[in-house]
Amino acid sequence: MGLVSAAAYETVETDVLVMGAGGAGLRGAIAAAEAGARVLIVCKSLLGKAHTVMAEGGVAAAMHNVAYQDSWEVHFADTMKGGKLINNWHMAELHAKESPERVLELERWGAVFDRTWQGRIHQRPFGAHTYPRLAHIGDRTGLELIRTLQDRVVHTTGVEVHMEVTVFALLKSEGRVGGALAYRRADGSLVLYRFGALLLATGGAGKMYRVTSNSWESTGDGTALAYEAGAQLRDMEMVQFHPTGMVWPVGVRGLLVTEGVRGEGGLLRNKDGQRFMERYDPDRMELSSRDVVARAINSEVEAGRGTPHGGAYLDITHRSPEFIKRKLPSMYEQFLKLAKVDITKQPMEVAPTIHYQMGGVRVDAETAASSVAGLYAAGEVASGLHGGNRLGGNSLSDLLVFGKRAGDAAAASAKKNPKAAAAGIDPAEIEHAIATLMAPLDRPEGENPYRLMAEIQDVMTEHAPIVRDEAGLAAGLEKLDGLRARAEVCGTGGGQSLAFNPGWHTAHDLRSLLVNAEALLRSALVRKESRGAHARSDFPKTDDQLASVNFVVEKTAGGMQVRPEPRPPMPEYLADAVQRSYALYTPEEME
Amino acid sequence: MADSDLDLRIWRGDAKGGELVSYRVPVTEGMVVLDAVLWAQANMASDMAVRWNCKAAKCGSCSAEIQGFPRLMCKTPIADYGDHVTVRPMRAFPLIKDLVTDVSWNYEVNKQIPPFTPSEKDMNTSEPWRMQQKDVDRVMEFRKCIECFLCQDVCHVLRNHDGKSNFYGPRFMVRIAALEMHPKDSLDRRPLLKGNAGLGYCNVTKCCTEVCPEHIKITDNAIIPLKERMDDAYFDPVRALIRRIGGGRKPKAV
Amino acid sequence: MAISEPVARPVAADRTGVKNPYSVLPNWLYPAFVVVALSLFGAYALWVVFFQPLGYVMPYLSPFDSPPITLGRIPPAIWVAWAPLVFRLSCYYYRKAYFRSFFGHPRSCAVPEPKRRYRGETAFPWVFNNFHRFAFYATVVQVGFLWFDAVIAFDFGGRFGVGFGSVLMLANVLLLSGYTFGCHAFRHLAGGDLDCFSCSLAARARHRLWRGVTILNIKHDRWAWASLFTVAATDIYIRLLLAGVLHDPRWVS
Repeated sequence: MGLVSAAAYETVETDVLVMGAGGAGLRGAIAAAEAGARVLIVCKSLLGKAHTVMAEGGVAAAMHNVAYQDSWEVHFADTMKGGKLINNWHMAELHAKESPERVLELERWGAVFDRTWQGRIHQRPFGAHTYPRLAHIGDRTGLELIRTLQDRVVHTTGVEVHMEVTVFALLKSEGRVGGALAYRRADGSLVLYRFGALLLATGGAGKMYRVTSNSWESTGDGTALAYEAGAQLRDMEMVQFHPTGMVWPVGVRGLLVTEGVRGEGGLLRNKDGQRFMERYDPDRMELSSRDVVARAINSEVEAGRGTPHGGAYLDITHRSPEFIKRKLPSMYEQFLKLAKVDITKQPMEVAPTIHYQMGGVRVDAETAASSVAGLYAAGEVASGLHGGNRLGGNSLSDLLVFGKRAGDAAAASAKKNPKAAAAGIDPAEIEHAIATLMAPLDRPEGENPYRLMAEIQDVMTEHAPIVRDEAGLAAGLEKLDGLRARAEVCGTGGGQSLAFNPGWHTAHDLRSLLVNAEALLRSALVRKESRGAHARSDFPKTDDQLASVNFVVEKTAGGMQVRPEPRPPMPEYLADAVQRSYALYTPEEME
Repeated sequence: MADSDLDLRIWRGDAKGGELVSYRVPVTEGMVVLDAVLWAQANMASDMAVRWNCKAAKCGSCSAEIQGFPRLMCKTPIADYGDHVTVRPMRAFPLIKDLVTDVSWNYEVNKQIPPFTPSEKDMNTSEPWRMQQKDVDRVMEFRKCIECFLCQDVCHVLRNHDGKSNFYGPRFMVRIAALEMHPKDSLDRRPLLKGNAGLGYCNVTKCCTEVCPEHIKITDNAIIPLKERMDDAYFDPVRALIRRIGGGRKPKAV
Repeated sequence: MAISEPVARPVAADRTGVKNPYSVLPNWLYPAFVVVALSLFGAYALWVVFFQPLGYVMPYLSPFDSPPITLGRIPPAIWVAWAPLVFRLSCYYYRKAYFRSFFGHPRSCAVPEPKRRYRGETAFPWVFNNFHRFAFYATVVQVGFLWFDAVIAFDFGGRFGVGFGSVLMLANVLLLSGYTFGCHAFRHLAGGDLDCFSCSLAARARHRLWRGVTILNIKHDRWAWASLFTVAATDIYIRLLLAGVLHDPRWVS
């Protein structure tokens, strides 16, 4: 191993290491620092560029500023129904109860929300939320959230940020994670972070698919690292296709069209001009949950009723141009600039795009602790809150509620284990991890990692689409095996430099993607039913037996194992809330 | 189909030096410059350094100088140019490699700006705050900023006069404006504007407004109103007299 | 990653996008225009102020000489012309224009510029631009006189009438008002210094005024050039009448 014989690395110590500087990571860092811990945030991009900025619609919180009938119970019931009842009900309860507080706190930190005429925070209607519930700032709520938290972090003592640093291995000592190896993107130099507790807030793995609203960062590093460190993953079959992504031009395929368009009254039509949602969910129409709308568009296209570029029309032209430009400024701009479509005059063409991973690291509801000591996870990388399908607006509130809880718990854990950061780590493990990272640099003739990534995306697009079946999933797994073998010996695509070498970085990202892809396919195979985002053509019905089961993924000596795990029943007051909601508010669609 | 290819010229190199390298990229409909750069990266130059994230003009990562003009690569259609495009890194910041520059200075500046600070009364009330839409509209324009730093790149004070020790740059004038004009903020940042922020170094030539991908009217709505506020405190003898008599907001020491 | 086979299409066919203005127009065009226009106006203004008598032809009074103060042998325009001169010199729009055009700071965006020491508006003389609002106060007084003159210009010896000069003077004072009351300093005074627009009755009224000023302010540069042009045109017209070169077409009741 020519390049790495020295394997020199710098060691940095802290109490809590936060991986990821999106909403959950930043909120967690603030919580941990306020609890008295020294906090260090590492992120793959620059601070403030995290994927949270893409969240457009708003943050769901039952503040009843617009609809006085709203309450945490209704929000809870909506979340559970949206998740097709396989959510962790305790998480859903905490989330519904605490999100208003988190939103108001954001305002006290300088966030500026749209207002109602009485001067309260305005809330807009959104898919599958019974009442108008999304606190928002035009269509750039995520940016506001990130910026507010970022400025808070920058001015919180005890928080440091290391930008453009990628963690490539977690290290354990005495059964507890205590170290993380990372490389600096700019120069390829290595860092060993030693910490008392680790908070994973790395987001999802949307890069598994070709048509995605996710950025290069979303390679599922957190789930993969946690899995390798022995943590359990859960609900990995559940990935959300956002119903409305741009389809044309080719260059911007997959780019998100906010659900806010439908929230503000946008109508979905097929090429015959028919409002086809009438046939799929006559009660909620365009504002049905995302899985339903995505499948509806998919079905229309497959039935030959799609638009010229294979999508559906999303039409908001019945609203006034001023209204559209005020409420959906960045959508207006995005279509005008990138597709030369004036959405005040013409309909948009949209089709489903991969958007969100409901599954992820299995965490404790109260503390966001994973099954490995010292390891915490919050945000998209964690699982539980969203179950089988996430409601729009619930992710931003998820970040805030569980980001804070995870930060608090991680700080407490680090305090309780003051020696964790200094505990011994097997040097051979470090050597091995570094050697694996560096190996592609020594294989100038090795395969191009970009091509491998594209092939992984092809496999997932073909074998784990919106509607899946056994044969396809199994064939996909087989192809993944081949890809994994090739990824293990791939090169960097030519460049051998350590300095900002994206080819080399990509060679490593493949590993994370492969873990996520495999977990998805394996979990999808064993969930023999259609539920939420997971639809099977060979099992088109929902199986009530499986409502009480989550599938848990674990690393074993024999490779990746998936096993069903029964869920504890809901306590009576929560079950009541859901029942009442079925009776009083919105009837759930039956399949 | 060679004649439908794009001749994409990308600056390759590091702080020690470099050159423009030409890549032939097949053009697809609706392609933006970032697509072309990423295509070249995936197929011809795997180690080409470039920053990008959202590809939707929401994160402000892919700033570069396209045909000599600072722009977001993800928002610039190839069709605007024709059959050749030249992409260079931002010039106002130290180069790391290829299209990636060291923008850490901006983050250091941000730390020096006192954060949002509500009054004691607002802080201690348990009631949710009330604000009217018209009170927050002005601030919202500034909060659209995606921190692409194109305005910093084009600002001649930073770009040509190496004024980083004198002037915070347009981005942070927007930031200060967002704080100063926030209806619930209680701090007075005028001494900072006159002092370290170096507002006086801006000569309102408006290039920052021209490059802003979010169409923030940086000069008219942020910088000039801040200059006027600074003038209230430091360049208005009439107000100074009124303050002496006992009215009006006094600027604290720099 | 766009690795899969891309569909190649001729580029020229969909060249519909917004072009980079700097790739279309040469970047010296704007500075050249400013230099020529301001130099011509400056030279003309100097000539009028120092070498010309009172520009008055019943009932028209040149904007250079309003109010018409005649003290001793000092040319009347001296008493008047300094106010609009200082107002325009310290105007936020003209600052852009002359910093770009006369000093090349910067000539255009993202271009190299002279390596002279640059201190912006922190040092003499440009630090005085910070007193723009006082020039505004003075100009408001002058615009008041110009409105008076414009009304008088419709009074032909006690009878109402409309001449070409009356129309020109009215247009001039309208454009000058649009320019003066769209001023950034006035925008600040009107309500820009408020942090909360809804917190009191006075604040709400000032917010309305601020919004109005903002509308005028958006195209401040256009107002600046248009009013500069009409000032010169009005003065030239009156002096041509004075010299007997032109005859004023008019209708009198």
